[in-house]
Amino acid sequence: MTAPLRKHGLALVTLLALAAAPFLGFGDGFALSLLSRAMILGMAAVSLSLLVGGAGLVSLGHAATMGIGAYAVVAFDAAGVNEGLIVFPAAIAAAAAYALVTGAVSLRTSGVHFIMITLAFGQMAFFTTSSFSSLGGDDGYTLYARTEWLGMRIMDNRLTFHFLCLGLLALVWAGGSLLLGSRFGRVLRAARENPQRVLAVGFQPYPYRLVAYVMAGAVGGLSGALLANATEFVSPALLSWTRSGELLFMVILGGVGQLGGAILGALAIVLLEETLSHLLVYWRLVFGPLLVLSVLFLPDGLIGAPLRLRAAFRFASPKRRNADA
Amino acid sequence: MSMLLVQALNGLQFGVLLFLVAAGLSLVFGVMDLINLAHGVQYMLGAYVAATLGVWTGSFWLGALLSLPVALLVGLALEWLVFRHLYRRDHLSQVLATFGVILTVEEATRALWGSAPQTVLEPSGLTGGAMGGVEIIAGLIYPTYRLVIIGVGIVVPLLLWFLVERTRAGMLVRAGATHPAMVSALGVDIRRLFTVVFAFGAMLAGFAGALASPIFPVAPGMGDTVLILCFVVIVIGGVGSIRGAFIAALLVGLLDTVGRAMLPDLLRLLLDPSSARQTGAALASMLVYIVMAAILFFRPAGLFPGGRSA
Amino acid sequence: MPDPLLELHGLSKNFGALTVTSDVSLTVLPGEIHAIIGPNGAGKTTLIHQISGTLRPDRGTIRFAGQDVTALPFERRARLGLARSFQITSIVPGFTALENVALAVQARSGSSFRFLRPVATEKALNEEARAALDTVGLEQVADRTAAALSHGEKRQLELAIAIAMNPRLLLLDEPLAGAGPEETERLIGILHGLRSRYGILLVEHDMQAVFALADRISVLVYGRVIVTGTVDEIRGHPEVRTAYLGEDALA
Repeated sequence: MTAPLRKHGLALVTLLALAAAPFLGFGDGFALSLLSRAMILGMAAVSLSLLVGGAGLVSLGHAATMGIGAYAVVAFDAAGVNEGLIVFPAAIAAAAAYALVTGAVSLRTSGVHFIMITLAFGQMAFFTTSSFSSLGGDDGYTLYARTEWLGMRIMDNRLTFHFLCLGLLALVWAGGSLLLGSRFGRVLRAARENPQRVLAVGFQPYPYRLVAYVMAGAVGGLSGALLANATEFVSPALLSWTRSGELLFMVILGGVGQLGGAILGALAIVLLEETLSHLLVYWRLVFGPLLVLSVLFLPDGLIGAPLRLRAAFRFASPKRRNADA
Repeated sequence: MSMLLVQALNGLQFGVLLFLVAAGLSLVFGVMDLINLAHGVQYMLGAYVAATLGVWTGSFWLGALLSLPVALLVGLALEWLVFRHLYRRDHLSQVLATFGVILTVEEATRALWGSAPQTVLEPSGLTGGAMGGVEIIAGLIYPTYRLVIIGVGIVVPLLLWFLVERTRAGMLVRAGATHPAMVSALGVDIRRLFTVVFAFGAMLAGFAGALASPIFPVAPGMGDTVLILCFVVIVIGGVGSIRGAFIAALLVGLLDTVGRAMLPDLLRLLLDPSSARQTGAALASMLVYIVMAAILFFRPAGLFPGGRSA
Repeated sequence: MPDPLLELHGLSKNFGALTVTSDVSLTVLPGEIHAIIGPNGAGKTTLIHQISGTLRPDRGTIRFAGQDVTALPFERRARLGLARSFQITSIVPGFTALENVALAVQARSGSSFRFLRPVATEKALNEEARAALDTVGLEQVADRTAAALSHGEKRQLELAIAIAMNPRLLLLDEPLAGAGPEETERLIGILHGLRSRYGILLVEHDMQAVFALADRISVLVYGRVIVTGTVDEIRGHPEVRTAYLGEDALA
C-alpha cells in the first residue's frame, strides 16, 4: 500500500493543497482565477505528459487541441448556444477529431520528424483560426456569456468554477495514471523504450499510439473549453507554438514520466509568468534563460532539484566526499 | 496569366530564402543530431542587423555584407553558451532549450529595437540608383532585386553541393554525419567540426534574413513563420538531404505564394466574394500543410530519405 | 516424416550488386534443433531477418506452419508463433524481468485495449511469466529491473520472452554470443531442455555448442547453403572443411 502512496504522494498533496487554497488566503477573485488557469493548463499538461512520458511522443502542437476546444465554445457562442451539455461534448469531439486526423499522419513518423510534424500541424490550426474573421480572427473573440448547464450558471461563480476544475483535474490525473498501469499502458510504455521488442512479441505500436494521441487530444479539448470560460476571451494565440512549448515545459519541469508532476509544473510556470510579468516589462528576458538553465541543469525536473543540489554539495565538500567513500 | 508568372517567380524567390535557412537546419540536424528551433532567430537577426547597418552606412548592400560576420559571431556565441551542451541530450531537451533561446532572443530584439517593423533601405543598383526591374515578357516588369535572390538560389546550392561533395571539409562533414565516433577516432576534432557546421548554418540563415529584409517586414516574429515552413521543407525533402531541401523549399515557396494569391480568386468561381475571401485565406494557410500531410502519408521519410534517420 | 514447421524455398536477396542470399532452401521439422553455421560474412543474419520478416526477400517463398508468410510483416509472423531472439539483446530496460515476459504473455491473451484495470494484478499473466522465467532459471530475479541484469541474465531473459510467446518455432540469432563458459553451459542446458517442445532454428558460431545440440546442420557460405546434414555428415564434409580452413573447431 505504501508504494503507490509514495509514487502518487506528491500529486495527492498538490491536489489537496489546491482544494484547501481558497480557504487559506487564496480566496480572492484574482488568486482564484490564477489557480483556475493553472489547473486548466495542468489538465492539458497531464495529457501531454501521458504522451511524452508514457508513449515517448513529443508533441509540439498540443496547444492546438486546447485552442480547438476553446474555439468550439466560441463558435457555439456566436450562434447563440450556451448549453454545456451540447458545447462541451462538441469541444471534446472536435479536438479528438483533429487529433485523429493529424495523429494518423504524424504517427507514421517518429523521432525528430514527429516533433516537426506536430509543430507544423499546430501552426496550420493557428493560421486557420486566424483566418476566421467571423470568430474574431487575429483580434480574438470575447464570449457573451459563460457556458450554462441545464440553464444554471454554475460556472459563473469563481469558487464553484475552482472546484469544478479541480475535480476534473483530479479525474484526468487519476484516469491517466490508471491508463499507464493498464494493459494498454504497458504496450505504450514498452513501445517507448523498445519498439522492436514490442513488434517481436506481436504488437503493432501504431494503433495504441493513435488511441493515446486521440485521448490526449480529447482532454486538450476539454481544457480548452474550460479555459474559454475562465478567461471569457479566446484568440488564435492560444494555438501558437509558444503555448505548445509552454505545455512541454510544464511536463519537463514536473519530471518526464511523472503524470502528477505536470500539475506542479503547470503551477510553477503560471506563477512564475505572473510574477515576472508584474516585475519587468521584458520579463521573457528572465523567463527564457530560466527555461534554458532548467533544461540544462534539471533534467529530472523540479522534483530532481533537491537530489541534484545534494549531489553537487557532496561533491564540493571534500570531507563529505570521503565520508561517503 | 502574367499574374500567375509573377506569383510563380515570387514563389521561387521565397523558396530560395527558405532553402538558405533550411539547409543550415538540415545540416545541423544531419551532422549533430540537434533539432534547433532557434535557427529562425538567426534569420531574424540577419534581417535586423542588415537593416540597421544599412541605414547607418547608407547602403543596403554594405549593411547586408556586414550582417554576415555578425550572424557568424552570434551563431558561435549561442553554440558556445547553449547548443554544445545539447548534442548528447535527447530531442525533447533540445526542443525546450532552443525554445528558451527563442524567447530570450526575440524579447531582447523587442527591447533593443521595439516591436514595430524596421526601416529598410531600398537595395541600390550597379549605378547607385534604384534597382528597378527587368522586362521578362512583353509589358511585364519584374523587380531586379527579386531576380538576384533567385540567382542566389542557383549559385548557393551549387556552391554547397561542391563544398559538401568535393572538398575535404565537406567529406568530414559527410563522415561526421554518419559516423561521428569514427571521425573522432581518426583524430579529427569533432567539436571543432560541429562548431564550424553550426556557424556556417547560422551564417546562411542570417544571409537569408538580410536578403529578405527589403521584401518582408522586419519584426520580432519573422523568424517563427520561416522556421515552421523550414520544418515542413525538411520533413518533405527528407532530413539530412540538401537536394531534398532544395526541391522541397521551391515546392513549399511556390505552394504558399501562389496559393495565397490565387485561391481566393479561384474560389470566387464557386462562392460569393466574401466567403471566397475567407475560405480562400483559410485554405491558403492550410495548403502547404495539407500537401505535407499527403506526401508523408505515402512517404513517411520524405521525398529523399537517407542520411541520418530520426 | 511430419510436416515441416518452416520451409524456405529458393530464397534470394541482393543489396545492389552484392548477393547476400542465394537460392536458399531448407526445412525445420517440429521438435528438431536445426543449426545454421558458416564463416563470417556468409549472410546468416540477413537470412534470419528474412525468415522473421524484417527484410523482404527478392525471390523465393517462406512457409510457416503450412502458411505462406513471405508477404507477412514481422509482428504478424510473431502472432503466428514465430518467436525471434536478437543477436544484440533486445529487452525493455525499464521493465522488470517479470514485466518483460508478461508483455509477451499479454500479447497472446486477449485484447490489450483495456484501459483501467492495473495489469500488474493480472495473476494469469504473471503466473505464466514466472513459469517461463523458471524454465530459463531466472525466477530469482523476476522483480529486478531488466537494465540491472547481467549480460548473461539478459540473454536468458530474451529466451524467456520467446518461450512465453508459446511459439511453434524459436528463431535464435547467436544466443551464445559474448557468453562466458559458465553462461554457455547454462544456455546449452536450457536449449536442451526446450528440445522437442518447439522447433528451433539456431544461428551460431560456437561449434562445440552446435555439435552438442543440433539434430541437423546447414552450412551457409557466401549466401548459399552448400550442404545440410547430421552432425557426423557435416563434420566429415570436405567442402565444409575448406570453408572453415584454418579453424581448429572442426578438427
